[in-house]
Amino acid sequence: MKPRSIGAAFTAALLACMAMLAQAGQTARDQELLDREMALAAQLRCVVCQNQTVAESRAPMAEDMRREIRNQLEQGHSNEQVINFFEQRYGSFVRYNPPWKPSTWLLWSSPFLAALGGFVLLRRTLRQRSMPDEPLTAQQRDRARQWLDTTSKEERQ
Amino acid sequence: MRFVLPLAIFLGLAIMLGLGLQRDPRALPSALLEQPAPAIDRPLLEDQQQVLHLQDLRGRAWLLNVWASWCAPCRQELPVLAELSKRDAVAVYGLNYKDQPDKARALLRVAGNPYRASAIDGDGRVGMDFGIQGVPETFVIDSQGRVRYRHVGPVTAEIWRDRLLPVIRSLQ
Repeated sequence: MKPRSIGAAFTAALLACMAMLAQAGQTARDQELLDREMALAAQLRCVVCQNQTVAESRAPMAEDMRREIRNQLEQGHSNEQVINFFEQRYGSFVRYNPPWKPSTWLLWSSPFLAALGGFVLLRRTLRQRSMPDEPLTAQQRDRARQWLDTTSKEERQ
Repeated sequence: MRFVLPLAIFLGLAIMLGLGLQRDPRALPSALLEQPAPAIDRPLLEDQQQVLHLQDLRGRAWLLNVWASWCAPCRQELPVLAELSKRDAVAVYGLNYKDQPDKARALLRVAGNPYRASAIDGDGRVGMDFGIQGVPETFVIDSQGRVRYRHVGPVTAEIWRDRLLPVIRSLQ
């Protein structure tokens, strides 16, 4: 083989490698966008079928929202920008994972408050139960003895 | 005294759940309330050379009705909207959502046309900007171009009388 043809073959091989690398880079980028798209879609509520995420729903509205997510990611928007886009239009309700802010403080803290209330109630009940009974007064003692005597007499008869 | 606390908790829960049942979970308040209405800038169904600009509608309150020919409630809503908006002299503009212009025009000829003009939102992108959940939906927009009220579902005579007209009158 002549040196020139070796050079040409080498260049061709190099170009082929570069093309493959570029393609691999392209698919890796596509895969990354797709992953982000699905992650975002799983965080957003489908506003038509409200108990499904945008990722699960097959409603046309959810398809539109997925397409919009895709477009925005391709334009280089960040995940927060995409979530904000939908929140501005549909309100906080569109987020499956509501942010911690004054209007959601009660929402986030209510399970902990309920558990705390339960513990307080439990402790109070247990303490009341374990408290020793007050000693009876002489009068109460007499009445108790009377009752006990009458029942034991009835039993004897 | 032993029963007061459980009773109070039960009554509290019953009242809260009862109130919750009265509410329609689909009727979300618009996230756009008191905010400027999003731009429409789409060609008109009547004349595709022209575009619906919100700036042109400044100066008085008007209604934006989102509709489509494939939506059955819209067919019932069109004649009601046409009659009532004419009677009370309210300007109604339409947003033709994800529809085919031919079919939309045909429906308006048959069912009555309440609109001064309808913008074509073929891909639903303008609808998304308005945060619509479905069709029909109706927005009241004030003279400054802000969204003041949103109604989800068809407009009936009762809805017009009790919800939409009071808002419009309060803005005039």
